[in-house]
Amino acid sequence: MTGKYLLAYSRASVDIDRLLRAIANPARRRLLDRLRARNGQTLAELCRHLDMTRQAVSQHLERLEEVNLVTTVRRGREKLHYLNPVPIHEIYERWIEKYERQRLEALRDLRKRLEGEDDG
Amino acid sequence: MDKPEFVYVTYIAAPPEKVWDALIKPEATAKYWQHENVSDWKPGSRWEHRSSEKDRTVRLVGKVVESSPPRRLVLTWAFPADEARPEKHTRVTFEIVPVGGVVRLTVTHDRLEPGSEMDRGIREGWPKVLSSLKSLLETGSALPKLW
Repeated sequence: MTGKYLLAYSRASVDIDRLLRAIANPARRRLLDRLRARNGQTLAELCRHLDMTRQAVSQHLERLEEVNLVTTVRRGREKLHYLNPVPIHEIYERWIEKYERQRLEALRDLRKRLEGEDDG
Repeated sequence: MDKPEFVYVTYIAAPPEKVWDALIKPEATAKYWQHENVSDWKPGSRWEHRSSEKDRTVRLVGKVVESSPPRRLVLTWAFPADEARPEKHTRVTFEIVPVGGVVRLTVTHDRLEPGSEMDRGIREGWPKVLSSLKSLLETGSALPKLW
């Protein structure tokens, strides 16, 4: 990596502390769960059935967008929110080796079969 | 534009041309995806995604819809069995945007049938492929075999 890119990279790449802090909040995890269940929702849709003010939801979404866990797409006047699991995959790859991965996936599949699909 | 089903984003510390080449050059995709993306990449041309193992099994096919190097590539994306059925073709858009010296690579996947084999496959696939691509371009080595 050349100096120019290194400098820019340290700004654009997501700091792992910020990423983990963003996930370390139940309200933000609920928002991620809702996007996983249905991707591409507007702020108004995400506010429905949630015990939070529109402003709080909007701020949580901003935090999630800053760490690249949520991406947004403009469609006409609407802003749609998407779950972006790529940064979580990068954390996963950091500590999990190839062979462990296969065994962990087998364990996960077994657990899912025994407990049913619901991850709780 | 259709409402996309999935929008994946990764930031990569590399020039846009390198990211572009990593999407369309078979020898590059083989390194981080274990598959070769093959086409002349002209609008209207066919493209295929085939295993880089000896058997060269074709896993995906489609048409090049739009190609504006090094910024935007739009492909249709289908299983080989569905090649002649345009209604079964999903669509993938790659957008490469320079931001502050790095690039933001966005992969948008739309026209997916919910719960279909393609829908399930890409949910698992894109995060792996994009992390591996980022790793290859930034460190020179891709992630261990993905599949």
